[in-house]
Amino acid sequence: MTVAEVQPAPTLVFAWGNPSRGDDAMGPLFAEAVQAWQLPGVECLTDFQLQVEHALDLEGRERVLFVDATMAPQSPAEDATRGYGVTPLQPRRDSSFTTHALSPQAVLQAWVDLHGQPPPPAWLLSIHGVAWELGDEVSPAARLFLNNALRWAHDWLRG
Amino acid sequence: MNPTTHLETAQMPREGLRRVAIDPVSRVEGHGKVTLLLDEQHRVHQVRLHIVEFRGFERFIQGRPYWEVPVMVQRLCGICPVSHHLAASKALDAVVGVRQLTPTAEAMRRLMHYGQILQSHALHFFHLASPDLLFGFESEVERRNIVGVVQAHPEVAKQGILLRKYGQEIIRLTSGKRVHGTASVPGGVNRSLTGAERLELQQGIAQVIAWSQQAVALVQQLHEQNPALYDVFGTFRSPLMGLVAPDGCLDLYDGALRATDADGQCLFDQFDVNGYDRLLTEEVKPWTYMKFPYFTAMGPERGWYKVGPLARIQNADRLPTPLAEQARQQMLAYARARGHTVLHATLAYHWARMIEMLHAAETIERLLQDDAIEGTDLMAQGERPLAEVRAGVGVIEAPRGTLIHHYQVGDDDLVTLANLIVSTTHNNQAMNTAVREVARRYLDGRELTEGLLNHIEVAIRAYDPCLSCATHALGQMPLEVVLLDADGAELDRKVRH
Repeated sequence: MTVAEVQPAPTLVFAWGNPSRGDDAMGPLFAEAVQAWQLPGVECLTDFQLQVEHALDLEGRERVLFVDATMAPQSPAEDATRGYGVTPLQPRRDSSFTTHALSPQAVLQAWVDLHGQPPPPAWLLSIHGVAWELGDEVSPAARLFLNNALRWAHDWLRG
Repeated sequence: MNPTTHLETAQMPREGLRRVAIDPVSRVEGHGKVTLLLDEQHRVHQVRLHIVEFRGFERFIQGRPYWEVPVMVQRLCGICPVSHHLAASKALDAVVGVRQLTPTAEAMRRLMHYGQILQSHALHFFHLASPDLLFGFESEVERRNIVGVVQAHPEVAKQGILLRKYGQEIIRLTSGKRVHGTASVPGGVNRSLTGAERLELQQGIAQVIAWSQQAVALVQQLHEQNPALYDVFGTFRSPLMGLVAPDGCLDLYDGALRATDADGQCLFDQFDVNGYDRLLTEEVKPWTYMKFPYFTAMGPERGWYKVGPLARIQNADRLPTPLAEQARQQMLAYARARGHTVLHATLAYHWARMIEMLHAAETIERLLQDDAIEGTDLMAQGERPLAEVRAGVGVIEAPRGTLIHHYQVGDDDLVTLANLIVSTTHNNQAMNTAVREVARRYLDGRELTEGLLNHIEVAIRAYDPCLSCATHALGQMPLEVVLLDADGAELDRKVRH
């Protein structure tokens, strides 16, 4: 099947979340902000949640940054202060396979299963959120954390 | 009366019964919970499927300008946003006084809708249901997921992913965006396909049709190889409801409502969707948030019904595409060979879903042959109704069943009332009945195991309940089983991932 045979950008930023559910919007907002920078070689994609077909979006990439809002950060203390954490990802068959939405590790594993090759290097940027009600704006605390994460990403994406 | 009706509420004193809760049901969008009351001999006395339905969205819409609504409602659901986008647009066509879309707008909306049907059905069958069907309901939990499918059936899994990808590509090209498209607006659309976009989709459609045919053959084979399971699992009789075109053909985008009884006899036909609130009553029960709709004229005992793929392909006279109609005839022949005029088997939902996926693929091919898809006349000019409060009802056959959007808009163009009846609500009684039937047949009198409890989930997943909100911020949805005594004290708890 042929769908837009174009050379993908080497760096993929894949952010997900519901723009109408409070701090869950931080993923899409992050992608929007990065897209506005118009960095060469960087493509941003967003969706409500990760799904199995997103493994196909990894094709031709040299590195991938997954971005999500998180309720319960399990990161070092300094991450809690700055409001985001960055962790390298490995393919993993994890519990998310039994749900509607996949984890980024599971998307990487789907890529491995489909292609029989390692996926491109990938990291997860988790931005801490505190409020998740439908119709809420992004909370002031999360706004601060989002800006901190964007400052980090600006350097990382240009590196 | 259905043989499982008594299982809605325990007939014996609750003292001495223990409660098993499956909370939440996994691989179901949103949160579901099943509770069973069992006695010491493991006899089932009560089974209830509770859906924690999100009811705040209608209030979220009220007070907004009507033209924002088709985009806003997509945030209701991460799995079928296009269905809400189109149902809202259809309802608001009436608010702006448009009764007939331009040919290009009609073709673009239909293409978007059938793309959504294709991708949603592919996701459901290959990602959510096939692990159960291909490996068995009691296979290891670790294997009963998409990874297991990939390992054991690599081509099937890959086809499922690529079918879904193709459907998503149609949505992107017709709606203007990969997520939260803006193309469908009250009165028409704001874009059409370019020649290059049309060609791109045309290049892939033959393969999509071929893979859809293989998927139909696969699920048909599963039925034919094991009728002892497929014919009885969660099976119960009920009326069927869905949209049909004026000529009686299935139409997933538009038409009027038809219902047939459990033997396929017509209950009503060509019912104008604008009168849905006279046709249906939504019963409230104290133990769940989700309502129970029924045909008002028949009452709550006899008037509940099924919607979705199995209901609508049997409710219609025929499917308007040849390969899918041929597949439907084979399904009907399967039923007739067993002495049934209507197939009511819960697992046949998957079969019907794949037939609809094939129908969607054929319809997409037809739509792509229509030059209107590249047209430039996008908006119809309506005459704004003079009424102080303008109202519109939009009904569409979403992947899981009939979806109703109803809005009232004030003179200031702000939404004053919104009422949504989603397919999961239509199927509420049907899902409860399926779960009780499964509990009665497979669980009653047996020591509960994880595999047996998965039978309950298999029945629910056949209906593919969708609870209308992206839940990923809440993290994973493990299956949690809690054993409680009659006083509510926790005896045991088990969580599987």
